[in-house]
Amino acid sequence: MQNLRPILARLGLVLTVLPPLLFFYDVIELTTSKIIMVFGMILWLGIAPIVQKQHES
Amino acid sequence: MPDHAKSTTINEFEREPVPTKEQKGANKFWGMFAGEHCAGTEFMIGPLFLLNGVSLQNIFLGLLLGNLLAVLSWRFICAPIATQARLTLYYHLEKIAGKWLVVIYNLANGILFCFLAGAMITVSATAVGIPFNIPIPTQDDLLPTNAAFVITVLGVGAVIAIVAAKGYNSVAKFANVAAPWMILVFFACGIVALKQLNVSSWAELSSLWNESIVFAQQGQTQGRMSFWSIVLFAWFCNAAMHIGMSDLSIFRYAKKPSYGWASTAGMYVGHYMAWVAAAFLLAAQIKLLRDANPVPGPMAYGAVGLTGIFCVVVAGWTTANPTIYRAGLAFQAIIPKTSRFKVTLITGFIATIFGTFPAIVLRLLDFVGIYGTILSPIGAIIFVDWYFNRKGNAESLHNAQPASSFSVPVLLAWLIPVSISLYLAHQNGIPAWHLPLPCWIACGLIYFILNRFTGPKTSNH
Repeated sequence: MQNLRPILARLGLVLTVLPPLLFFYDVIELTTSKIIMVFGMILWLGIAPIVQKQHES
Repeated sequence: MPDHAKSTTINEFEREPVPTKEQKGANKFWGMFAGEHCAGTEFMIGPLFLLNGVSLQNIFLGLLLGNLLAVLSWRFICAPIATQARLTLYYHLEKIAGKWLVVIYNLANGILFCFLAGAMITVSATAVGIPFNIPIPTQDDLLPTNAAFVITVLGVGAVIAIVAAKGYNSVAKFANVAAPWMILVFFACGIVALKQLNVSSWAELSSLWNESIVFAQQGQTQGRMSFWSIVLFAWFCNAAMHIGMSDLSIFRYAKKPSYGWASTAGMYVGHYMAWVAAAFLLAAQIKLLRDANPVPGPMAYGAVGLTGIFCVVVAGWTTANPTIYRAGLAFQAIIPKTSRFKVTLITGFIATIFGTFPAIVLRLLDFVGIYGTILSPIGAIIFVDWYFNRKGNAESLHNAQPASSFSVPVLLAWLIPVSISLYLAHQNGIPAWHLPLPCWIACGLIYFILNRFTGPKTSNH
């Protein structure tokens, strides 16, 4: 689980930036892009603080 | 804009040079600058360019040059002195000008920080109000317009003030975590807005941009900011930090002056990409909704949905919080016996009251210019003292004791150009961001001349 967290956190960033690009290239709708970005936000803001704490300790 | 990272550093080695073992690597500075300059207020500045009728070409090229000049100012004016003297701005200034002048500087700094924090609270409140359908002030509103928005601002401000008063380490940590995400959300906003503009060439984009200006200015095409005005704004919106030497407190931790190049990250991510993205957001809103109201919350919500609301709240919160904390510290330095908790809480209350006035956030460009005009000349005093009085000798500075508690030459050199500049800005309508450079040069020259007549106000032991 400890090794998985940084990957999931980074996935959050990918899910934040990728959907707008896919919308830009007409691959997905804007609504879909907005929904995926919410998951990206939850992943990053939820997991990155834990990862940071691990780094500090 | 001020940052949590700064506040965490100024509390250490406040009255001694930073030792070699405490110096930090370059990566810390690159990361800090990138995060620091992606603040809530960036959502306002790009749209204000559109409302001021700036052409797209002037935005792209003006910001390119202006930000480069800002980076060069950090690299060649601030960082070299910081990495040799290794003192905070406050202690450095105290050695030159005496304790009481630092108190006056702190007072000015604290009041200006309150305005800045107020603007950030307003920005956050525009996003918090969306789910509750709270009417948001328009670009013509200068005074508080409706009770619901005022209550929202008071609520947001109260939370920020209480967290700042309790100490903000956890917020600072959260801000560090949020920074990369916020940068990507800004980028995402720009990409979505560009798609919503539905253009396929530069000519189409430029034409649509000009149409947006005509709509926003209700039929006029008045360009209130030229290419050089944009250059000067980009250069001096952080004048207090680079030529004003406030970032001596940051770069005293740098191993080498070349770390000054790290400001590139802040300038070209926050003050280029984020401003352009935010400007596109307003252009897209005008195209889709025929609405030229530059309110960050609804603009970001339109492009990236719920993520946009969170980003505006987080961007405003994570920057308002340390700003209030630092303003509180500045005030507390004036009355040291008062409790920091109470001072910060009162400071937060004042900032929140400022935040209820939409005028502050809608006149952000002017405010940022005034901020630089008032504070940056102090950097000229430090510059002249360092190169002409001390000849770049750090030992001389470290061994010096303030000769008097109040240096009149420094006060005159600071107040004369600032007073004249603010008068000119008020009477002749000169944009405030045009003034930091002449003010800085005049302050340096006056101090140099007065110093020659009165002799240096410091003694070396």
